[in-house]
Amino acid sequence: MQKQLLLGDEAIAQAGIDAGMSGIFAYPGTPSTEITEYVRGSKEAKQKGIVASWAANEKTAAEAALGMSYAGKRSITAMKHVGLNVAADVFLNASITGANGGILFVVADDPSMHSSQNEQDSRVYGKFAMIPILEPTNQQEAYDMVHEGFDLSERHKVPVMIRITTRLAHSRAGVVRKESRDQNQFKLPENLRQFVLLPAIARKQYQSLLDNQPLFQKESEESPWNSYRPGEDKSIGIIACGLAHNYLMENYPDRKVPYPVVKVSQYPLPYKNIEKLYNECYRILVLEEGYPVVEEMLKGFMNVGKEINGRLDGTLPRAGELNPNIVGKALGFNQYEIPEVPDLVAKRPPSLCKGCSHIDSFIGLNEAIAEYGKGRVFSDIGCYTLSALPPYESINTCVDMGASITMAKGAADAGMKPAVAVIGDSTFTHSGITGLLDAVNENTNITVIILDNATTGMTGGQPSAAFGRIEDICRGVGVDEAHIRVIKPLRKNHEENTRIMKEELAYEGVSVIIPRRECIQTLNKRMRQKFKDKK
Amino acid sequence: MKNDIILAGVGGQGILSIAAIIGYAAVESNLYLKQAEVHGMSQRGGDVQSHLRLSSDEIASDLIPQGKADMIISVEPMEALRYLPYLGPEGWLITNTEPFVNIPDYPDEEAIMQEIKKLKRNVTLDAGKIAGELGNKKSANVVILGAASPFIDIPFALLEDAIRKLFGRKGEEVVAINLDALRAGREVAKSEINS
Repeated sequence: MQKQLLLGDEAIAQAGIDAGMSGIFAYPGTPSTEITEYVRGSKEAKQKGIVASWAANEKTAAEAALGMSYAGKRSITAMKHVGLNVAADVFLNASITGANGGILFVVADDPSMHSSQNEQDSRVYGKFAMIPILEPTNQQEAYDMVHEGFDLSERHKVPVMIRITTRLAHSRAGVVRKESRDQNQFKLPENLRQFVLLPAIARKQYQSLLDNQPLFQKESEESPWNSYRPGEDKSIGIIACGLAHNYLMENYPDRKVPYPVVKVSQYPLPYKNIEKLYNECYRILVLEEGYPVVEEMLKGFMNVGKEINGRLDGTLPRAGELNPNIVGKALGFNQYEIPEVPDLVAKRPPSLCKGCSHIDSFIGLNEAIAEYGKGRVFSDIGCYTLSALPPYESINTCVDMGASITMAKGAADAGMKPAVAVIGDSTFTHSGITGLLDAVNENTNITVIILDNATTGMTGGQPSAAFGRIEDICRGVGVDEAHIRVIKPLRKNHEENTRIMKEELAYEGVSVIIPRRECIQTLNKRMRQKFKDKK
Repeated sequence: MKNDIILAGVGGQGILSIAAIIGYAAVESNLYLKQAEVHGMSQRGGDVQSHLRLSSDEIASDLIPQGKADMIISVEPMEALRYLPYLGPEGWLITNTEPFVNIPDYPDEEAIMQEIKKLKRNVTLDAGKIAGELGNKKSANVVILGAASPFIDIPFALLEDAIRKLFGRKGEEVVAINLDALRAGREVAKSEINS
């Protein structure tokens, strides 16, 4: 079959379509967004009747995927690493319920924080849940692992994690597809109590997860993606996990590494290969993208035994993404001369688009709140977070999805006046509604500004879950009708908008301001499409 | 055969279109390819780059090692300099001279050009102007690709085919403008190499 050029994300999506997946459920988040986008855009997926949904958040998405597994069908839920925090409850409990139809948690980590607030390593979660983890080194493996991941999940009735990182998610390479497999038939779990985690049943289920550990271990030992390659020079034994294996090989243009190498792409860690490496080599070098997960396991708390090098002892940097140069240095290669960036090159941080509605909202807010002084605006995650930077410098927090409203509430309870939350429409439906309810129930004095640009902007314009219903939700939650103010953020409305903001900042109680104007990017896209259709 | 290429620019300037054209031609040439892109936050007017690797042998890393790139192709002059650490000692720098100014502290244009001209191997051209004269300023990125084409080990005809394929949906006129843009860029590069 001919090779197809696919992003790592797209390879996973195409594999899902080919491997009999019946549905994919996700909330957009860089670098995982393109997985679900691809399935949604695929004619093949449509023909096969595959469900491809943007859910309200990662938790609702993962639960829908688990429901599909309950019904005996194959499902994927895809998310960025911090999305797994949101879905952690279902993730950890799904390892206890186990699966019926195959279920994959595809999690995309973002080492170096290209588009994220931290660089947490999802392998830690996988280990926490005690489920198998697959970590592809390239786009082809990513494709193949979806097929095998579903089989593995159904063989042991357990959810399986596929862990990728930004570099693979957003890198393109040739992928050869496998033959297409039919979707599973609808089939209830054999044991209708399998998914009932009442303590008495949960204990049994948990015991069976524990009993399955040796089986997962055996799978890893025999996995075609884990390997031991001999090497003449036993001064170092190298363990290279996932993408780090590529950076290792890059340093040997003839692809001949003089040291023994254990490649790891499936967890739990393959014991036999590593034991052999440990016994025959003088010291061990661990190369892994993300946290020093494997390194810590090998070292143990007491760190007795042979020398283990990696991120913990400074052989590799403790934080950030790996690359061929960093790995080359750890291998002791002489560093050749690298040209420097001329001093005159200025930073070019991302910024709000020209014509973006948020600009008008923040100019208005800055003026309205000036009389109270700086430091009173809690914000959230989206394009509008860029307003923390000059020239606006409007917001003071960005922590996790939905935290603007709840942090404003806590600060208001601490006596801050006014306490303002700024949140986007999609982030509001993701995790803001419950916080608003908390504030309403105690009539906390906060002003919530819901920037409604009718889309999930930062990730490229996915639909917003409560399109056209933001006021209804606020009313339903119990916000006083008189203090739900919709404004149109345009320069010509600046004075009126600022006046309305001032009124609501002064109001003692929960008020909601909704600046509403379509995202300039989705508007442009829509206009281009309209123009095309006319032609 | 191995071409390691850094593509540079500002979010929205069309470096991924350049990558797509080269990528399509590379697949037609039966070459291995890896292409790391930037998606997400930086696309909002920030600096973006793409690592594009072509080889007759299998490629290990998605990222090009520093000091090893065969060329930097940039649609913006200051962005060309940002990735100098990647450029190999014999590497070429091919860049647009038209600045994209969306920051308050954008450096002096003359000073940028001086830095670029310090490099042993460089090709500079005002791609926007050339594209404008040919009929559509938007094809500036393809002019730049044309200027880089003498250094890419893919037959020129395959790059032309890739443009026909990738722009075909947009109509004959768009294909013709982009083919002209590609050829015009190539001519500039050829005359610069020979001078």
